[in-house]
Amino acid sequence: MVNEPLLNVKELKTIFSTEKGPVTAVDGVTFHVDSGETVGIVGESGCGKSVTAESIMRLLNEQTTKYEGAITYNGKNLLHLSKEQMRKIRGNEISMIFQDPMTSLNPVYTIGNQITETIMIHQKLSKEKAYVKAIEMLELTGIPSPEKRIYEYPHNLSGGMRQRVMIAMALSCHPSLLIADEPTTALDVTIQAQILDVISDLKKELNMGVMMITHDLGVVAEVCSRVVVMYLGQVIEEADVDTLFFNPKHPYTKGLLKSIPKLDGDRNSKLHVVEGTVPSLDNIPEGCRFAPRCAYADELCLNRAPELETTDEGNKVRCWHYKRIFEEEGANATTS
Amino acid sequence: MKAYTIKRLLSLLPVLLVVAVVVFFLIHLAPGDPAAVMLGPDASPQDVENLREQLGLNLPLYQQFIAWFSGVLVGDLGMSIYMNQPVLDVFLDRVGPTLSLAILAQGISIIIAIPFGIIAARKRGTLTDQGFMVFAMLGVSVPSFLLGLLLMLLFGVYLGWLPIAGYSPLSEGVWSHLQYMILPAISLGAIQAALIARMTRSSMLDILSTNYIKTAHAKGVKERLVIYKHALRNAFIPILTVLGQTFGTLVAGAVVTETVFNLPGIGQLIVQSIVRRDYAVIQGTILIIAASYVLINLIVDLLYGAVDPRVRFNKK
Repeated sequence: MVNEPLLNVKELKTIFSTEKGPVTAVDGVTFHVDSGETVGIVGESGCGKSVTAESIMRLLNEQTTKYEGAITYNGKNLLHLSKEQMRKIRGNEISMIFQDPMTSLNPVYTIGNQITETIMIHQKLSKEKAYVKAIEMLELTGIPSPEKRIYEYPHNLSGGMRQRVMIAMALSCHPSLLIADEPTTALDVTIQAQILDVISDLKKELNMGVMMITHDLGVVAEVCSRVVVMYLGQVIEEADVDTLFFNPKHPYTKGLLKSIPKLDGDRNSKLHVVEGTVPSLDNIPEGCRFAPRCAYADELCLNRAPELETTDEGNKVRCWHYKRIFEEEGANATTS
Repeated sequence: MKAYTIKRLLSLLPVLLVVAVVVFFLIHLAPGDPAAVMLGPDASPQDVENLREQLGLNLPLYQQFIAWFSGVLVGDLGMSIYMNQPVLDVFLDRVGPTLSLAILAQGISIIIAIPFGIIAARKRGTLTDQGFMVFAMLGVSVPSFLLGLLLMLLFGVYLGWLPIAGYSPLSEGVWSHLQYMILPAISLGAIQAALIARMTRSSMLDILSTNYIKTAHAKGVKERLVIYKHALRNAFIPILTVLGQTFGTLVAGAVVTETVFNLPGIGQLIVQSIVRRDYAVIQGTILIIAASYVLINLIVDLLYGAVDPRVRFNKK
């Protein structure tokens, strides 16, 4: 490989020690993010998306968490850095924004205080210059009259405005990687689009890599160039966004795509559902993790876990039968 | 905020009326007679009767109450029958030791309890945490008079480091004043410290699991600043409530502690006045204590605004 990717996650395992014993929330996850691209991490609640993100940021309680594998960022394995070295990276080179803007800002400090704090931690700027910079960042995220807003408290702002503040804060030190953990889930639909636009625009401007965690395939279609689909702590499919939408390989991905309601579909027909529920992490199926819910599962699937294979197109899929399914159903079985 | 403060101050009046009625009738319904106490067991019934008349004690209770309370409303708390001095002067004479005791006790408990609570929260579930909380449990459980006696025994009798009991006013030197006050302050502050430590711990635990603490970590804020800037200020609101409430109980606790350590404060004054049936002093001091309790809670309510912008009043 000539060009190292910006972020390279390899065989990452995140193991929590709980009262019932160790629980592997992320189990051998591998993917990468390049500069300037947006990679979507998709999956149901509890599939390990957020834990993966927080492992990269090393935000988990490390007294009860064990990591295996490697998270290489700019040639450094983040898992080997000391707490202090990691702290200097957080908010500076790698930033994160969270799902719920209503609770992600500290209610007792003004937003100016909170944005300049990040700037002053990582850059040797005076308070005055940090405020100028903060106003500039707020302006970039499209907040009207930022020079007034900066003295307000979070409770004076709407959810969309707060998420813009979070973005301004996260990007104030021009990070090379932004991890967005469901940044639009808690927002109104119209605001969602605006926030996604802000992230996309700033990505271009700063040439950042963006890791977009979401369960919303609409968001993926909108902003991502590559998609990683996770199920129960593992990557089960990775593909560029077109292939994923028009030619998904894994039965789970097919199911996810089918469950999107279509405007031109028959209104009286029931929506497709992926049958069954996600098993809990302390009761992981022995073979393929999706097998109990999979319509194509056979003896092999129930007994032996498939590896993440590289397909002919260079994408990845974790399924014993993806080729057979493809031959039987054709490429366009899921899309109309 | 001004309007709010005035409203709260006006609400003092009904509180004081209720306290006045309760105290007045309780003390007058209790058996015993100040005239008889003053004249001693050998006095003739005629003398006692004359004195009662002179003091106005032969009037119907409601008339006595009206006479007394109308004085209170214009700031006249009446005269001490026993000491023959205005009640306010008696109170001011004795308030020094109590105030000093309460402030020291509160100060000691804050200095000990808040750091301990924070450490316990950060090391949740570890031996350190459990150790601190057992200690706090002990603090709540041991009555302050017992703790006072034990401290007296250890530091006063066995080690001889500190005087056993008594009082030296602040005007005679800070050091000698502190020497006399330190043990009573610790024995009075222990319960407070335990309550505050437990509140600090649980409040910090709540705050440390919030999203904005995660944000602070994600920004690269240093661990110490996360605790002291981002978490403590938010955790301080419930702590402040406990501080206000416990400051009131300090006054009640002072009665016991002052008796144990023989401090000439308000607590002792109340106890002595009850024995002497010095009605005006009992009523007056309890009214002042009740008023100061209400005032302290008003101050606490106003402080909320300083800590948390969400409860700040509009400046318009």
